[in-house]
Amino acid sequence: MSTSNNWITVCSDADLVANSGVCALLNEQQIALFKIKSVNGEQVFAVSNWDPIGKANVLYRGLLGSVQTTKVIISPLYKQRYCLDSGQCLDDDAIKLVVYPVRIEQNQVQLKLVD
Amino acid sequence: MSNLINVHNGNNMRIVVVGNGMVGHHFVDQLIQENNSDNDTQVDVVVLSAEPRLAYDRVHLSEYFSGKTADELALTTPEYYQEHNIKFALNAKVINIDKLAKTVTTEAGDVFEYDKLVLSTGSYPFVPPIPGNDQPHCLVYRTIEDLENISASSAVSKVGVVVGGGLLGLEAANALKEAGLQTHVVEFAPQLMAVQVDNGGGRVLRSKIESLGVQVHTQKATQSIEAGETCRYKMCFADGEVLETDMILFSAGIRPQDALAREFDIAIGERGGIVVNDQCLTSDADIYAIGECALWNNFIFGLVAPGYTMARAAASHIIGGDVTFQGADMSTKLKLMGVEVGSIGDAHARADGALCYTYENQPLEVYKKIVVDSQQKKLLGAVLIGDTSDYDTLLQYALNDIELPEQPETLILPAGAEAAPALGADALPDTATICSCHNVSKGDIIEAFDTGSCNLADIKSCTKASTGCGGCTALLKTVVDSELTKRGVEVKKDICEHFAYSRQEMFHLVKVGGIKTFDELVEKHGKGLGCEICKPVTASIFASVWNDFVLKPDHVSLQDTNDTYLGNMQKDGTYSVIPRIAGGEITPEKLIVLGQVAKDYKLYTKITGGQRIDLFGARVDQLPAIWQTLIDAGFETGHAYAKALRTVKSCVGSTWCRYGVQDSVGQAIDLENRYKGLRAPHKIKFAVSGCTRECAEAQSKDIGIIATENGWNLYVCGNGGMKPRHGDLFATDLDTETLVKYIDRVLMFYVRTGDRLQRTSVWLENLEGGLEYLQQVVIEDSLGLCEELEAQMQNVVDTYQCEWKTAIESEQSRKRFRQFVNSDKSDLNIVFVEEREQIRPATESERQQFSQSQSTESQETELAIELV
Repeated sequence: MSTSNNWITVCSDADLVANSGVCALLNEQQIALFKIKSVNGEQVFAVSNWDPIGKANVLYRGLLGSVQTTKVIISPLYKQRYCLDSGQCLDDDAIKLVVYPVRIEQNQVQLKLVD
Repeated sequence: MSNLINVHNGNNMRIVVVGNGMVGHHFVDQLIQENNSDNDTQVDVVVLSAEPRLAYDRVHLSEYFSGKTADELALTTPEYYQEHNIKFALNAKVINIDKLAKTVTTEAGDVFEYDKLVLSTGSYPFVPPIPGNDQPHCLVYRTIEDLENISASSAVSKVGVVVGGGLLGLEAANALKEAGLQTHVVEFAPQLMAVQVDNGGGRVLRSKIESLGVQVHTQKATQSIEAGETCRYKMCFADGEVLETDMILFSAGIRPQDALAREFDIAIGERGGIVVNDQCLTSDADIYAIGECALWNNFIFGLVAPGYTMARAAASHIIGGDVTFQGADMSTKLKLMGVEVGSIGDAHARADGALCYTYENQPLEVYKKIVVDSQQKKLLGAVLIGDTSDYDTLLQYALNDIELPEQPETLILPAGAEAAPALGADALPDTATICSCHNVSKGDIIEAFDTGSCNLADIKSCTKASTGCGGCTALLKTVVDSELTKRGVEVKKDICEHFAYSRQEMFHLVKVGGIKTFDELVEKHGKGLGCEICKPVTASIFASVWNDFVLKPDHVSLQDTNDTYLGNMQKDGTYSVIPRIAGGEITPEKLIVLGQVAKDYKLYTKITGGQRIDLFGARVDQLPAIWQTLIDAGFETGHAYAKALRTVKSCVGSTWCRYGVQDSVGQAIDLENRYKGLRAPHKIKFAVSGCTRECAEAQSKDIGIIATENGWNLYVCGNGGMKPRHGDLFATDLDTETLVKYIDRVLMFYVRTGDRLQRTSVWLENLEGGLEYLQQVVIEDSLGLCEELEAQMQNVVDTYQCEWKTAIESEQSRKRFRQFVNSDKSDLNIVFVEEREQIRPATESERQQFSQSQSTESQETELAIELV
């Protein structure tokens, strides 16, 4: 785990699975990482792994999808949809996931911790 | 002692209904509707029934033997009557009518006052006055109690005889045959169903019924029933012949139950029946009679539809309406022991100048006859044996006086170049009766659409069409569909926002286009990134068509979590592990392995409903090691996580059981091994029972198999669970090869055409043409698809792989089972507590208590919490 300007490297790009999720552990925080690969290129997202409705650390095992133009992760437990950009739950206004800044630098996946 | 029961409510009219059969109940229902309407007339209703239960469906009584319960046959419930203020008494036989005081008295001595009395006492089975007809195993066939007696008698009998070869007699014979008895039908007349069917039809009917293993004896007059030599009884006939049997079922016609009316001087017909007029009024101005006890125009109507019409006429007259009874059409279409029989109007061509057209196909045992008037313009009657597909069309011609085509014979000739087109819904006049049980015309259906109904279900609940005998189901659907089309209603079947297609259409796109990845499918036929609906659907279709490894990189992103991690995710994010135990048969060695694995990994164990063992509480990172151990011991995946074949449940069968007639366990294992891994629109369950006692509960499964002495009976599309459905008997006495062939075809047809998450039960109910259509596709190959369906199934069978074996062999797919991509730690949130000597997930408060105790590093905790 290396740090540069608060960006923390958690794994390599090769550890990610295209159009699916993995989970990283950082300071005892579980963070779900997703890579969406389409004709428009690749995009990486990082949100908290805790499913606030199902109450389990499972979001990285959900399905990726889209609702109109919003990219979403769908809870594997009860199928609520969360916007990957904002963390907002589309099925319950009161619920929001923590979203982490994430980037790929030289084939390394880097995160910034929030809070 | 008599007790006057006062049910009077102000000025309401008091109506007492004697009898609660189908017709009596229909009458009560009419009054309930009347009370619910805005009309000023309110009535107080008392129902007095001699039977121990409220009205039930006598038309479908024989289904009691194929597993329907008394509750399922019920037409109403005490709650329904109470809710609508209908007072009722059961086991309350009326024994006295006082026409002057206007009261009736029951056996128990209760007295009820009436303003109007309605007799709906029905009929009783006629038992010919043969010496010896009153012995214990001489029975009749009318009530649920009768059926209970028949069941009990069948259990201790080998041979059964039905006296009477009419409609009810043949239905009774079917019941005996189903109960496994060697069955005979004894008929006094020279042919079967002499009322509805002509000589030619009777001959074909007899031949068909005999080929089903029921022996038919016509022109036999029974003279006595004596003690038998090889069986319990011996029937001696007038011609000197004898027939040995263990039980006798009399079904020689009905007689109106008119004793009460007769005793209290209400006019009775010469040969019985309470005489009524068009309003169903008897000779007493305040007493009505309806249904099978009533004699109208010197005729007793033994069908339910005319009875319902009488009920409406009587109800209407009581509340001041003008509905009358004007006789009824006695046409009928039914299936007796799987033989289709239809009879319309003047089946015997008795009208002056009537002419007949007859078509007979001896190899297929099909007989069709139409009777037309001398001008050949109108259809007067018809007889159909072996194929009633023309019935609906012919009936509409007859009932609506529709002018016949130039060559009337085209109506019954096999579909070919010359065949007349079926009479479409548009050709029917608005007055055409669609449902005769509830008297619903085409015009009523159109009106229902005009007042807001918008689909078949609405129409059914609003008009009640097709909720009686069900004979008009297909016709109703064509009328509704035609009306929907006219109104420009398009039924949208898109599975989600990403694909404007139904699952079936997507299946075709994948197969025909040779599409093998989701990206390609979206690019060609969809939009967006997909969702939790279309992605798993696509994965399932790929598996059915191409049968690749489900965790291939191209596919992994499509699977729901259960498929991705090859286990069922539980509420705390752990998984359950269910290895396959084909047919529920397992060696002690394997049982020990399961126990050892559960012990080593501290898993909760439970026996499933499908005869296997479920190990709960495995963390995602433990799954590969657990499966490695299981696979090394000879287990393979159980697909419990997949929309796929789950289990083939079995009873122990002829190998051990005293009653078994075939090796049900062996069959179950073979079938489970054949179909394991088959992906489908939803999960699929099988069961195989080794005899008719049905200990494996096969009739509640998607595919149910019950052993017979001659092979296997196949039931399809049953379901337990949320909406139970008994499987339909699909084919009988199959050898194993044919059985497998039929199952291949049924399942692959379902895989191709089922909707997403549609179990076979719902699929069949939505399949146009229903069971018969499925039989045509699978048995008669009406779509010419069978070869392809079998080949596709064979491909799935040949390319089977244990997904867990493949998953743990590959380093790449094994990596997917890490909890963390950057750490070997496990999920600290997964906490178990002990209950009944096993683990269970901690509740929220237990978990908090645990994490507090962790953070304060206190080793003391009152809960038996164990971090695994």
